[in-house]
Amino acid sequence: MTWEKVMGLEVHLQLSTHSKIFSSSATAFGADPNTQTNPLDMALPGTLPVLNHAAVSQAIVFGLGVGAEIGKVSRFDRKNYFYPDLPKGYQISQFFEPIVKEGVFEVPLEDGSIFPVRILRAHLEEDAGKSVHDAIPGHTGIDLNRAGTPLLEVVTEPDFRTAEQVVAYLKALHALVTYLGISDGNMSEGSMRCDVNLSLRLEGETDYGTRTELKNINSFRFIERAIHVEAERQQDLLESGHSVIQETRLFDPDNDETRSMRSKEVANDYRYFPDPDLLPIVIDDETIELIRDALPELPAVKRGRYTTELGLSQYDANLLTQDRATAEFFEACCTASGNPKSAANWILGDLSAALNKEGLAIGDCNVTPEGLGALITRIDDGTLSSKMAKTVFEGLWAGQPDVDRIIEDKGLKQVSDSGALEAIVDELIANNPAQVDQYRAADEGKQKKLIGFFVGQAMKASKGQANPQMLNQLLKQKLG
Amino acid sequence: MPGQFETISSLARQLAKGSVSSRELVEDAIARTETFNPVLNAVISLNKESALAAADLADQARVDGSTSPLLGIPILHKDIFCTRGVKTSCASKMLADFIPPYNATVVDKLQEAGMVSLGKCNMDEFAMGSSNETSFFGAVKNPWDVHRVPGGSSGGSAAAVAAGLAPMATGTDTGGSIRQPAALCGITGLKPTYGRVSRYGMIAFASSMDQAGPMARTAEDCALVLNAMAGHDPLDSTCSDLAVPDYSAVLDQSIKGLRVGLPKEFFSSHLNDAVAKTVTAAIKELEAAGAKIVDVSLPSTDLGVSTYYVIAPAEASANLSRYDGVRYGYRCDSPSDLQDLYLRSRTEGFGEEVKRRILIGAFTLSAASYDQYFMKAQQVRRLIAEEYQAVLKDVDVIAGPSAPNTAFVLNDDSKSVTDMYMEDVFTIGANLAGLPAISVPAGFVDGLPVGMQLIGTRFGEAQLLNIAHQFQRRTDWHSLTPNLEGLTR
Repeated sequence: MTWEKVMGLEVHLQLSTHSKIFSSSATAFGADPNTQTNPLDMALPGTLPVLNHAAVSQAIVFGLGVGAEIGKVSRFDRKNYFYPDLPKGYQISQFFEPIVKEGVFEVPLEDGSIFPVRILRAHLEEDAGKSVHDAIPGHTGIDLNRAGTPLLEVVTEPDFRTAEQVVAYLKALHALVTYLGISDGNMSEGSMRCDVNLSLRLEGETDYGTRTELKNINSFRFIERAIHVEAERQQDLLESGHSVIQETRLFDPDNDETRSMRSKEVANDYRYFPDPDLLPIVIDDETIELIRDALPELPAVKRGRYTTELGLSQYDANLLTQDRATAEFFEACCTASGNPKSAANWILGDLSAALNKEGLAIGDCNVTPEGLGALITRIDDGTLSSKMAKTVFEGLWAGQPDVDRIIEDKGLKQVSDSGALEAIVDELIANNPAQVDQYRAADEGKQKKLIGFFVGQAMKASKGQANPQMLNQLLKQKLG
Repeated sequence: MPGQFETISSLARQLAKGSVSSRELVEDAIARTETFNPVLNAVISLNKESALAAADLADQARVDGSTSPLLGIPILHKDIFCTRGVKTSCASKMLADFIPPYNATVVDKLQEAGMVSLGKCNMDEFAMGSSNETSFFGAVKNPWDVHRVPGGSSGGSAAAVAAGLAPMATGTDTGGSIRQPAALCGITGLKPTYGRVSRYGMIAFASSMDQAGPMARTAEDCALVLNAMAGHDPLDSTCSDLAVPDYSAVLDQSIKGLRVGLPKEFFSSHLNDAVAKTVTAAIKELEAAGAKIVDVSLPSTDLGVSTYYVIAPAEASANLSRYDGVRYGYRCDSPSDLQDLYLRSRTEGFGEEVKRRILIGAFTLSAASYDQYFMKAQQVRRLIAEEYQAVLKDVDVIAGPSAPNTAFVLNDDSKSVTDMYMEDVFTIGANLAGLPAISVPAGFVDGLPVGMQLIGTRFGEAQLLNIAHQFQRRTDWHSLTPNLEGLTR
């Protein structure tokens, strides 16, 4: 029996507005408990929500970014449940009429292919506060700083079959929202939270099996693991003749298992109904077009341009567009060097390796796109050999900004002066008559091997600074 | 010294002349409240010191040249309006010690207009009731007969004005809570169009219908106060930004040729015969003033009460979820766990009627009954609103009784919960349709006041006040006052 995983995702994105979705309190992360609250956030009697239109604009931006239909009229509803971190006893969300409707989001996969994910809907809602269990001994504290932070919940159709697809989708989503500037997508700070709905079915089946919901997994690595572990658990159940119970489960990375959180059968009836405190959000075509015109170039468009106009491979284009910072670095580097292929190679090669080694983001290192561009220019104009270029790159990485200065300081300039090279070659020929004779007597195939000796000696004599192409040419000419 | 039952207009003239000071008015109001309130129980917070200080400020402002028409006039607020630093209980044990750090917009606006707040009025708990018997602080007595109810939920406001403790009080009206007590206490009460007056800082009962309005002796006074209360508020998304007209400017217009619609459903079996006769006579006065009386029909009137008692409790069930014992308000003693904290805080903190409505609301919103109840009620609500709109295309204003009966006796065990809900049968339509409506004193039955209700077009408050004022120029029901002799302990 071969089992197929069927997965759909719900991702909560924290929008990057300065103030909360229905109040003027700030949304900054990490402030002291309850310092970013006002009477509305605390749900004092008589307070009323007033919509922050920046959140609406960002939701529209997102909708356009995933090619979705924007709801011309959307509404807020109340989702009722009691919890200490939910001050009103209901969450304002969009249940009946979401602001973003169906769309298709193109996700690039590792192999360079495109995996289309159907977006079912995305809706605006407010975040809850936090229960704090360790601040006051013997008590649970409530921190309402986060209460009212705008969220966009993005729901997909059950289109995923592998964990790799899920991770690719999340990475692409992360790239998209950071491109669009509507969320920092920071998983560890909870700006991007993912729930996975997972069920199994026998390959070839068309009906869905009973699903479980894996909640709030806060890293890409854990998602892959959680999916694997939960699929195994379900498979064991199904193969031993048991059935899967529809429920919410939490992934426990320490014990590498999922645990039941609450059963849906006893779950709350959320008693959704339209929130009478808020007017419907009415969006006209003109507003949508204004926002569309102001959109930055989307990753999918960039990918297309990189392959067709800049001649990059699909693979490289996918990698370069994974986040906005990398794409912008790449584009600036292209402008500075005029050599997109080389820029891509350096960014995805030496620079990525160095960043990974140090655990840094592209914007946090010393290397600037202009610096790397200058380095590429010096390779292209023959000043630097590729070996020297690595030394110069180390200089850039260490924080020296000026490529020419590094070349000069380290004495790295490639000798491309034909007079100087000729002198070296002449001396070599004069000092090694036996090798010269051997070379001249050899056939063409052998000569190719023998010339290596002269190149090595010449390099040694020039302290590695001889331009290899010129040297080769000169040697062939003088020996031949 | 002005008399006990003077209007705002009269007091304003005397203040402007300098024949009386705001301090004298406030001292007088405090003295009267201290005399009559122990029996009436209309006022549940009397803030003597802050009122006197505000009166002195008003008197000084007048010396400094301020001529605001409401400057220095005493006012009482229904205890549903948040008042900064002053206990705001909504007449519930749940909020018995709640002191808000902010003012309701209505409170701010009237304060800016120079009115001097004396304190807060009793009411039905969370505005849920038609008799003012559900208050945690005890029932309010009707000044016309202390064995009878003042109506509700703004019963304290109505009784206080009727007894002359203040020339006006604020009220709120979700299903008739301004108009019915105004009728039962013989004063004038206006429920504005939904969205005319800000709801910010007004403790929510049913958000899609809650509306604040003035309760005063005359339509002329209501106009003066509405001028200051109405208008856009960025803190309330449902508050209209339509310009506020001068409601006083058109009071004297003739109502000749005005088309007044009498819905036959308002004169049905629900209506007490004597009340019907009184209201019919009052409507004859409008005819005598030149209005044309037209028979109209609002066929879904009878569906109004059941529709309202689905929608209002549904909204209330969510609005009252915030009272959970976690952040403020009543908290039960030593809860054993979270569930126990919720359960006992809410069981002990809310009164019976409030709990009944929360349960009804939670039920009608539940997944199993949403379509059958809440959705259906929303559809009927739309139908009712359309019927009103259609009738108001044909006539300028709809007239009828404010309440089916005069004030009923306190603690009447024979009156069932649904009997009580039927008190709202004529007022609920205006709330469901979001229309403005006013109740004016229209006569008496067995010594108890009867109110006539006028319902107008959206944002047609000026016309309602105009008609009511013209009616009050021809009648003197509004200037009759109760005998307060039996009201002292």
